[in-house]
Amino acid sequence: MEKQTFSEKLKAGKFVITSEIGPPKGTNIEPHLKEAEHIRDKIDAFNVTDLQSSVMRLGSLATCRLLIERGMEPVFQITCRDRNRLALQSDLLSAYVLGVRNVLCLTGDHTTLGDHPDAKPVFDLDAVSLLKVATDLMNGKDMKGNDLDGKPEFFPGAVVSPGYEPVELQIIKMEKKIEAGAKFFQTQAVYDLNSFEKFMKMVEKYNVPILGGIVLLKSAGMAKYMNEKVAGVSVPDRYINMMAQAKKEERVKVSVQIAAELIKGMKNLCQGIHIMPLGWEKYVPLVLEASAL
Amino acid sequence: MLITKLKPLNEIENYFEKKVFVFKCFGCKEVYFPEQEINNFIEERKTGILSIGEVDYLCNVDFSKVYIEKNADVIQNSDAVVVFSCGVGVQVVSKLLENEIVVPGCDTCYLNGFQGLTVLECDCNQCGECYLNYTGGICPITSCAKNLLNGPCGGAKNGKCEVNPEVDCGWIAIYERLRTIDKEQILVENKMFVRNFEKIIKGK
Repeated sequence: MEKQTFSEKLKAGKFVITSEIGPPKGTNIEPHLKEAEHIRDKIDAFNVTDLQSSVMRLGSLATCRLLIERGMEPVFQITCRDRNRLALQSDLLSAYVLGVRNVLCLTGDHTTLGDHPDAKPVFDLDAVSLLKVATDLMNGKDMKGNDLDGKPEFFPGAVVSPGYEPVELQIIKMEKKIEAGAKFFQTQAVYDLNSFEKFMKMVEKYNVPILGGIVLLKSAGMAKYMNEKVAGVSVPDRYINMMAQAKKEERVKVSVQIAAELIKGMKNLCQGIHIMPLGWEKYVPLVLEASAL
Repeated sequence: MLITKLKPLNEIENYFEKKVFVFKCFGCKEVYFPEQEINNFIEERKTGILSIGEVDYLCNVDFSKVYIEKNADVIQNSDAVVVFSCGVGVQVVSKLLENEIVVPGCDTCYLNGFQGLTVLECDCNQCGECYLNYTGGICPITSCAKNLLNGPCGGAKNGKCEVNPEVDCGWIAIYERLRTIDKEQILVENKMFVRNFEKIIKGK
């Protein structure tokens, strides 16, 4: 029997696990592929970030192709920051012929946040219109209604930030994304299961699979930094204290314990998890083991 | 006032089925204001119009404030305030009338080399397809660093923009503004918007 794809697993109701690869700044992709190889049996698909945090890096599409060649399934992240509508449509078609099916349509961080703050921010389209474009292409038309010679097939996804305030505004946007064709959602990092449960109740009516976001805490400092700077993220004091009290050699253990607690809680709330290891890829197996996944 | 043209009728005529207060701005007359066209449009729909305010420089906040205070009763009785002016004028009126539905009657077209005369908090990019009727009178192009038309990005923290933490997120402002008039649902009902840059490049 052929291996089930990411979308087939979601449709079949399997609790899915995605992880993330951030391509390097340069051509040294091998170590990242090795990290992926190391956990491939436990991961249903790998998101590949598109110039994450607006930092110039190796491209998402090339990295997706390398994963496919090694028998792994990618989720191609594509943002509206760097390409206008012609380039976005063309890259979606390119992705399809290179074997990519899962596309995560994002607006993208602003150029000023990255390492080329003087660049021109494009934002010709946004996450909603990009999803609609992907849907149009699947229907054999470009966004002006011109016929395509050969049409792609995608499993389009999007993101939502459950910790955003006001959350109602996020949900309005989420609804627009679903209308435009989003078939699954991955979330910003979740640290508060109670508020995540409330969020899940609010969006239950849409009946679209949601993968809760997990970011491994590396230190109390990182948690405080995220609370101060990162949108939609709020790490409770309890976790910050756990990390602060852990001795240096115990930090990984405590971090894994926190992630496992969150994942176990999420198992009954959503349809999967999306792990963003941010350099701690090697600890992902420990997290999954501790979460009994 | 810059170059304006009457909005496509299907975007504005439904407001005139109820009671409206109309503003017409005659500030920058040396530029272009489709006066005759607007007058014809208004004439055909005068049954719903409670009153027409003809004002010089709606963008002059102090001046507009006095005018609005003088006409507060009539404005309060209206179901919507339709403003025939550039995008700046509409935004100034919207800000002054937080509890009213304020919508533009014109699209503001791109004009090389003319960017208005006064430094103001409200800005108009002269995009040629005014969105203010869909966004509570706050411009998503000039108040959002990414010029997003279909809702906020996920980047705002404590209501502030990811690009500049001293600036309020335009989309949260739009949402809050619509909430005060119980109209946040229009954000869901709005069609999906994609900008037409040909309007700027060719001045169409």
